[in-house]
Amino acid sequence: MSATQELEFRDAIRDAMSEEMRRDKRVMLIGEEVAEYNGAYKVSRGMLDEFGPKRVIDTPISESGFAGMAIGAAMLGLRPVVEFMSWSFSLVAADPILNNAPKMLFMSGGQFGCPIVFRGNDGAGGQLGSTHSWCVEGLFSNVPGIKIVIPSTPADAKALMKTAIRDDDPVFFMESERLLGMKGEVPVGDDVLLKFGQACVRRPGTDCTIASWGRPVHFCMEAAQELAKEGISCEVLDLRTIRPLDIGAIERSVRKTSNLVIVDQSWSFGSPGSEVAAQIHRRCFDDLDNHVHRVHTEDVPAPYAFNLEQEYLPNTRKICEAVRSATYNA
Amino acid sequence: METPTTDGKSAHDVHGGLPIPRRAANRAVPRAEILRDWYRQMLLMREFEIRCMQAYQDKKIGGFCHVYIGQEAVATGCVAALKPQDPLVTAYRDHGHALARGMTARACMAEMFGRVDGCAKGKGGSMHMFDRKNNLFGGHGIVGAQTPLGAGLAFATKYEDEVINNGKSSRVTLCFLGDGALNQGAFHEALNLAGLMNLPVIFVVENNGYSMGTSIHRGTTQSHDLSSKALGYGIDSAVIDGMNLLEVYHGMKDVVDKCRRESRPAFVDMRCYRYKGHSMSDPRKYRTRDEEAIWEQGDPIGTFEKFIVDQGAITQDQIKALNKDVKQEVRDAVEFADNSPVPPLSDLYHDVYREPWGPYTGTSEPRMYGGALNPPTFRATREGDGLI
Repeated sequence: MSATQELEFRDAIRDAMSEEMRRDKRVMLIGEEVAEYNGAYKVSRGMLDEFGPKRVIDTPISESGFAGMAIGAAMLGLRPVVEFMSWSFSLVAADPILNNAPKMLFMSGGQFGCPIVFRGNDGAGGQLGSTHSWCVEGLFSNVPGIKIVIPSTPADAKALMKTAIRDDDPVFFMESERLLGMKGEVPVGDDVLLKFGQACVRRPGTDCTIASWGRPVHFCMEAAQELAKEGISCEVLDLRTIRPLDIGAIERSVRKTSNLVIVDQSWSFGSPGSEVAAQIHRRCFDDLDNHVHRVHTEDVPAPYAFNLEQEYLPNTRKICEAVRSATYNA
Repeated sequence: METPTTDGKSAHDVHGGLPIPRRAANRAVPRAEILRDWYRQMLLMREFEIRCMQAYQDKKIGGFCHVYIGQEAVATGCVAALKPQDPLVTAYRDHGHALARGMTARACMAEMFGRVDGCAKGKGGSMHMFDRKNNLFGGHGIVGAQTPLGAGLAFATKYEDEVINNGKSSRVTLCFLGDGALNQGAFHEALNLAGLMNLPVIFVVENNGYSMGTSIHRGTTQSHDLSSKALGYGIDSAVIDGMNLLEVYHGMKDVVDKCRRESRPAFVDMRCYRYKGHSMSDPRKYRTRDEEAIWEQGDPIGTFEKFIVDQGAITQDQIKALNKDVKQEVRDAVEFADNSPVPPLSDLYHDVYREPWGPYTGTSEPRMYGGALNPPTFRATREGDGLI
């Protein structure tokens, strides 16, 4: 592989956006506090200085308005990147992002597409309470016409963001605020992109497959390390995108390990996790040694208290328990 | 061309509105040829909708169907004031706008019929008319949803002209909405953004006095003076008589020219009336037949016909010929739509994504990477795999 540089997760996303904006004048960034404030989570720092206020645009707190506006701009041919300070706030923009963006191409019989990226902080973990802790992939993965990207490393974040901006369909890009400060080696180069729908094996193993995406991948890695001490060898799969879903990669891994634990930080009812479980039960019915196990956030609103929130989220302990149960080591 | 009144009460009192300025009287009358074109355009819309209602009764058209009868002067006059390259976006009562913008009656009717020759291949329907060639960015079915889109189209034209081409903003976007949309949050957010960002978008409220069955007084504050809505966002506004084509044209020409020149948004309270119900299933119990009769006396087509006859711009023979011509065009459109094939079932899986990742089936088990029928070639997955 080519040269790499160490970058924080947030700067990897910033570099992806900046490189694409240098490459294509149709790309612009819009959202609350993205320009003069340099981003509520400092993801867009420095971009106003480089690109000026006509391409890095502050909006008022008006998600429904600016999300819809960006969709109109995308219909005409711009390629907006829209920052939701938090995906939790996207709920007030539900109509434009769910009724306009994913349906425009279909409803217009292929005449008007919507090449747009919505991105922002997704998921609990910072004691933000019930309203600010949404894991929206549970809701939005239900909707056809959208692509959903949830990276777990700075390298993936940069490459996937570049793919998202160049993609001609609406892409929902979900970042964990908890990961933004994480450092990692990122390939250097303007054209390092990652195809959507390609899972990767973060850790090879033989006894149980653990499939996840986004921040919980790191808990899965911790769990795998701990379980190795007990003699249980786990294969950790990072799906990276859940629409498209690389079900083939999970299938291949499960054929090898005969066990699957899905770790999904959205609620369990009607979730990406339940979809994966249903598909794997059908595809690997004769390969499985046990039913598919799932670790989700608890089926309650997100709490504020630190200890409750830790218990609410998928965590290393719960993953270990699920793997032991799946492999009859409980 | 005053709107008829009874008992000294303006017919426009259905809106509770302030007096409507008159502009056309002092303006040069367009050429006879243009006047005849406009007249024909309105006849076409009316005839199209009459035949839509029949086809709906015959169950040739499904779902919701909102007809435009009574408001023909609005779409005709507004589009006449635009340039072809100016984007237009509208709500669900959109057949008239589509025809005004240049969509053929055939493509529009075939869409209504859910046939493959429809403007959106039968996948949009009555409420979702799209026409890229004619810069029609949709009818939109959710009340008010098109208002941020309208702001966005204006944002994009301005961005293209100024940022990409280093020139001057040259296009305006026309965004139609009904008076019901005045009460949606999206509308207010769109106006705030348009005012804040100096977007060249014109929000034309087709104020027909009713959002479905709720009269404007029952749903909207300051309904007697809607300019107050725009004032709060620093946007100039105009009140225009939407029942009078010349008033619409001259009024809109002023608004469009100013919007284009200054690259600023505008707001128009376009006073009009829909003669039929909200949709085909509406028995109109919320208003009196007397009220409807008053408005029908001020019918936009009849009023305009009288005007062009008085002007000597058209003869009775020409009127007969145009009426006959339009009836034939719409009859042909219905026949065309009826003979157009239904979409192939495979169309269900197209246009979901521009860049699909495999044969998309839309089931709960999308065959994203081939699936059982088309197994993917095995590649060892590892960190960094998939980098392209």
